[in-house]
Parts: sequence; structure tokens; C-alpha cells
Amino acid sequence: MTVNMSKGQAISLQKADGGTLTAVRMGLGWQAAPRRGLFGSRTREIDLDASAVLFADKQPTDVVFFRHLVSDDGSVRHTGDNLVGGAGQGGDDEAILVDLQRVPVHIDQIVFTVNSFTGQTFAEVQNAFCRLVDETNGQELARYTLTGGGQYTAQIMATVQRAGSSWQMKAVGEPANGRTFQDLMPHILPHL
Amino acid sequence: MTAELVRGQNHPLPQTRLEIRISAGNPIVAGATLGDERGTVHGAEWVAHPASPQLAGIEVPKQAAAAHRLAVDLGAMPGHIHRVTVLLALPTGVGGPARFGAMAAPFVAVTGLDGTEIVSYTITDLDSESAVAALELYRRQDAWKVRAIGQGYAGGLAAMLHDQGLEQGTDLAARINEAVARGMARSVAQPPPRPEGDGRVRTAAAGGGTDPAPAQPQTPPQQPQGTPQQPQGTPAAGGPIDYQHPSRRTAAPPTPPPTAPPAAPGQPTRPVAGDASGWSMDERLYNQVWGMFEDLARTTAAYRSAVDFAESRMEQELDRVLSDPCTRVGPAADSARAEARAKQTDLVEQARIALDRDLAQLISEAEVVEPALPYAYARWDSPVWQAYEVPMEVPMALRLGDLHLPERADLRIPMLVRLPLERGLWIDAGRSSSFDGPADSGELRRLAADAAVAIAARMLAVYPAGEFAVHVIDPAGSAAGSFAPLVGSGVLAEPPAAGAQGVSAVLAALTQRVDLVQMAIRSRATDALPPDMDTAEQLLIVHDFPHGFDDRAVTQLRYLADEGPSVGVHLMMVADREDARAYGPVLDPLWRSLLRLTPVADDHLADPWVGHAWTYEPPTVPPGSRVLDQVLGEVGRAAQALRAARARQSYGG
Repeated sequence: MTVNMSKGQAISLQKADGGTLTAVRMGLGWQAAPRRGLFGSRTREIDLDASAVLFADKQPTDVVFFRHLVSDDGSVRHTGDNLVGGAGQGGDDEAILVDLQRVPVHIDQIVFTVNSFTGQTFAEVQNAFCRLVDETNGQELARYTLTGGGQYTAQIMATVQRAGSSWQMKAVGEPANGRTFQDLMPHILPHL
Repeated sequence: MTAELVRGQNHPLPQTRLEIRISAGNPIVAGATLGDERGTVHGAEWVAHPASPQLAGIEVPKQAAAAHRLAVDLGAMPGHIHRVTVLLALPTGVGGPARFGAMAAPFVAVTGLDGTEIVSYTITDLDSESAVAALELYRRQDAWKVRAIGQGYAGGLAAMLHDQGLEQGTDLAARINEAVARGMARSVAQPPPRPEGDGRVRTAAAGGGTDPAPAQPQTPPQQPQGTPQQPQGTPAAGGPIDYQHPSRRTAAPPTPPPTAPPAAPGQPTRPVAGDASGWSMDERLYNQVWGMFEDLARTTAAYRSAVDFAESRMEQELDRVLSDPCTRVGPAADSARAEARAKQTDLVEQARIALDRDLAQLISEAEVVEPALPYAYARWDSPVWQAYEVPMEVPMALRLGDLHLPERADLRIPMLVRLPLERGLWIDAGRSSSFDGPADSGELRRLAADAAVAIAARMLAVYPAGEFAVHVIDPAGSAAGSFAPLVGSGVLAEPPAAGAQGVSAVLAALTQRVDLVQMAIRSRATDALPPDMDTAEQLLIVHDFPHGFDDRAVTQLRYLADEGPSVGVHLMMVADREDARAYGPVLDPLWRSLLRLTPVADDHLADPWVGHAWTYEPPTVPPGSRVLDQVLGEVGRAAQALRAARARQSYGG
């Protein structure tokens, strides 16, 4: 069953049967919003980028984004840059795979962000969502819709953090502005 | 609206802050020159290039890549700059194509900061050029415009810089190439991506990586070798074209890979040899070994970063205790210190547990993979070498030695390189600081020659009879003892060349061969090659360099190192770089273009993912073992039989 999350909500990634998750996928999907008026069928290409920043005790130690697709330790992998988004709704246009078992022991938080590289605001993006999937069986654990669609070019989506021996996901949903994750660092720090 | 420019066309630029996106099929170097109102570039400081990537108003990438984004702010350009020329060049001496004609046409686009394309330009009609001025941004009455240039230079970067009025163009080009090569030379080449449809039938040496030239026709190796082994009817400019129907198989469908037995609950899956993707067992094992290599690199990176973090955090915490006068002394300080240390020990312990878990898995994988390796991938002490027979096909790759990391020295990863070789080899007989080998330099030179023979023997053994020829240059005969197994078994094309005449004769023959084959490929007339030309891949072992070499011979050697690999002529230097120091920096590109191996264990090789320093160990024959002589004897007999058969055939025909 899918949990639709709202801002600030936290869910544990403990499985229902008591086992812990071993691999999760953070998926990002979007569509370009069609323009209204004359020639309204013409859509503009929008390049959203998903990034994951790995933190150890509030210090960023590694980042996975379109120019560094695999964290040095191999535990976090980006499936590759998608420059135009999905034609239809539903599928992940960019995905970041996290092998939770192999995340280095000092990494205690992974922050997922979305940036509009081409500069359009989320007002022009349709059906943008971020979801967390149990990679072992494909089950959707949580879905977070990019609601609002305001005049922002970035959003801090969610964090996955260690809670004892397992992991917990927290929806953040904080809007921000910036072209890549670097621009978001000041906004990320308060959420750690 | 994007304007698609053709050569010479110009277009106004609506803004001054721009991005230039470049993409090409292979890694290329991107740079920019700044010129005055006449277009003259007044010095090296007017050029933005990988060794000096940032100038006022422009920034270029530091390394070669297949796609670049250059940031340009024309508003920040000094007033005396009137022209910005964006240039592209192929990196030299690191493998890959040597001319733009051999790759996909480079594409350049000028975009605004929001990614909207203003103009784009595809640089077509390039052939032998290795550098090209792609486009220029220029001032016209206080506004900037862009013009598509597309001017190529067969003389490379140096010629292009010269043409722009830069007198020291050659020096600067060398510095740029040096900076680019430094990044690439140290790394073990990443396995090339497999093209679609490749690997279905893996006959003689198919799968030569990204280089189109060494791909060979799929003639069964036992056929008389009348036709030269060059791609026939394949334009040299593109990659090899696969005319086969994609869904029609010429070979039997691959056997399914072995699957791991179901694991006991709570236990990790037990590894199985060949548990990777691929069309043949050969390919699956190759992919599995590379997978183990990457996993070990990454798991070690995780461990090292956790340990580094634990230590830096402890130091910070100790500093904090010390810097505060209230807490510097007394029981509170002691307990704070003890706590900081305990946190560090705790984290390191956890990191070690995670590392040990991963290492245990990799070790159990190595235990099943190592015995399953075919002889091309196996160590000399493996029993598969005892059952050696001359192969009918060239394998995908060859083991050049072992790699390990200090965290677990007994977990050795086979160092597999693709065949045919894309880079020459350099067995370093010099004593570098990191060596803990023998103090005696004579002993080291002997070990280097032995390692060269062990590697050459492996190459001879994995090629079908008559498809690999080895030449030896030993001007003073100082390594006669080491080369004895090659000489005695009759596998050499001719006895080791001695003296200055011997050196120049061998080099002249190989140089002519490279030139002929290149010419034939360029004019697409591979069937016009002399019918008596030997079609085998050639390996030249050079011992005692530069003894016996004159300037002409050195030039020929450099030519072979640059041009040889694409036409199947490979170089193996067994040398101490110090011996050639009289040549100064002119030989630096030669050394850099070669993959450096050492006769004793030495940590100098970097992996392509994280860049750890891996300890390389050469493939030494176990003491007292006769395996090298047995294998070479087998190779020699097969070569003799082939020669006899060919002789009979030519008399009969």
C-alpha cells in the first residue's frame, strides 16, 4: 500500500513483517506543462535533475548527481540524466538507487533534491513526483507529490536517515531556488 | 528558435552570459583562445585550456570528455579582447582515435543560462584533422556575434595555435596534452561499452574496443591467410558496420549462465563462477572479474572514507576540548577526550566489520572464479596451463598480472586487458622510490626482462598459430639469458636484433608495415597490400633502450608507439627511463602512452572508479616450473606446422 506523504511527515523504512529494507529507489518523474493560448500544444522541454547528497554528522561527504553518477563507495547510483522528462505520467524519469546495506557506516543521512536545470519553475512542470520504492520487490513505499507548483526552481524532497540499525524516511518538501544541488546547500543544512 | 549554422555563417548573440555545449563520440579536449581586434593571440595567458582552465569571462573543462559545458561571460571579457575562438582537439598518446574523421561529427551549441539553444553547429567533413577551431564569438560595434568556423588542422593543436599567431604554440600544445594525459595515463582503462549486436560471435579478435581499425574480418583462423586482416569494405571513418540481421543468430544461442543455488536463510548467496552477463563463458568471466575489481575498489573507498571521517571528527573534538580554557584540564576534559576516542574506535570498528563482510564475500567469489578461469585469464600456476593447446580463437582479454590493495593483500584481482592491446607496455627496469625490490639494479633488469618474456609468452599462447609475431631488439645481447625460452622454442620471427644495424632493420620493417597498412585503410584498398605481407599482429620487445638507437631510430620508435596499435603493431619497452634522460622531455609522451608495469610488486596503478593506488604484481612463473617452456614449445610447433603447410600450398599453387 502506498503512503501519500505530506510535508514533514516521517515514515520508518522497517518492513511490515519486521525485516529491514536493503535497497530503495528514489524515483523522480515529471512532464513539461503545456502552454495555454495560441499554439498551446507546443510544449517546452524541461530538464529536472535528481541529486542525492550524503552526509556524515552534518558534513557533506559525497554527492550523486548527473556529473557523478556513482558515489565513490558504490552504494548510491544515479541511473542517468534525463533532459526532457516523461511524455506520459507515471514512470520514473530519473532514479537514484540506494543500497542501504552498503552505505558506509559514517553516512547517517542522505538528502534527495530536485533542481530545474533549464530554469523553468515548478509552475511549468506537471505531475512532478518523488517516490520511494522497495527495489527488491518493486513495491512503492511512499509517494510525495510536488504540490504547489510555485515560482521555485528547486525542492529539497526528502531525507533518508539512520535510526538505530534501520533507516527512516522523512518528507521535507521545502521549495528553494537553484540550478544544481550546490545552490541548495544552505537550505539543506537546517533539515539535517 | 535555434539557428542551425553552416560553416562561415554568423548570428547575433542576445545575451552575454552563455554556455557552450560540446558533444562528440569520443573524449576530446576543449579550450578557447582570446584574440585582439585582429584576431591575434598574444601569448599563452590568452588561452584557456585544461592546464589553465579559467580566464576572465571564460572557463573550460580540465579534462578530456565526450561532452563539455563551457561557461562564458562576455560582459566580463576585458575590453581589448575582441574574439573568442572555441577549439577542440583530440588528446594524444592516450589511445582513442587520432583524427576527427574516425569518429562521429562533433556538435557544438551556444545556449543561454536557461538552457535554450541560440545556435547550434555540427562540424562535418573532418578527416585527418586532430584539432579544429569550432566557432568564434566576436565583437561587432559593442555587440557580440557568433560565427561557425569549422577550420580543422591536421597538424593538431600546435598548428592551430601557431595559426592564431602564437609563437610558442608547440610548447603550449605539449603542456595541454601533458595535463590531459596526466589525468588519463595513470588509470587502468575502463572496459569499453559493448556496442549493440557485438559479442554474438566472438571470433578472431573482434571487440577491439572503441578503435575501429583493429577490428578484423571474421575469417576462420585455419584458412590460408591470403587476405590481409583489415576491415574490408568498411569505411575507415566509421566503426565496424554489422550487416547481420539483428535478430538472426549465426551461432547457437548462448548457454544460460550458471545460477547460484538458493542461499540458506540469513546467509549471503554463495558465489558462482561465470555469474555475470555475457554471450560466452569467456565474456561472463571477464565481466565478473571486472565486477569484482569495481566492488573491491568501492568497498575499500567506503572503509577508507569512514576511517578518515572518524579520525577527523576525533581531532576536531579534541581540539575543541583544548581550545576552551575551562575544560582544558580536569576530569571533565579527560572524560571528553576519552569519549572522543571511544567514538572514533567505535566507528572504525563498525567500518571494519562492514569491510570484512564485503571482503569475505569477494574472497569466496575469488575462490570459485580463479579455478574456473581459462588459461588466458589464469595465473601460470593454474592447472589449465598444463593442458595447454594452441587456440583457434583469440580470447577477449589477457591477464597481465594481479592487483591488490593493502587492506587485504591476499585478495588478488586478475588484471585483465582487452585484446588486441590498445596501448603498448612498459616494463620499468628503473628503481623508483616505491620499490622494495632488489637493491642490485642488474638483478632488477633481469627481473624486468623475465617479466617481459612471461607476458610475451602469454600473448603468443592465446593467439591462434601464425596470428601473433614477436620481434626482439636486444642491441647488446645483455638479456640473452631471459630471452632464451623465446629463442629456443622457435617462436620468434627472427633472432633478437643486435647492434645498431639490427635495430634500424627491425624498426624500418615495422615502420614500413604500419605506413602501408594505414595507407591501404585510408584509400580503402586493403586488397592492394602485397600478398606476401604477414597478417599477424606484431609485438616489438625493445630491451636496453636507448642503447643502439640513433635519432632516426628513436623517431621511428615514437612513430610505432603512436600509430602502431591501430594497425596491430604493439610495443613493449623493457627500459629504465633514466637511461634515456639525455633525450630530455621529448620522450615523455612516449613513456606516458605506454601502460607501465613493474618487474616487482609496486603500487602505481589506479582503478578507473575511485583512483586507489593498486599494487601490481607481474605474472611470474613459479620457480622450478617448466610451464613456460612447455607452452612456448607447443606454440613453436604449431607455428612450424603452419609454415610447412603454407610452403606446400605455394608450391602446389
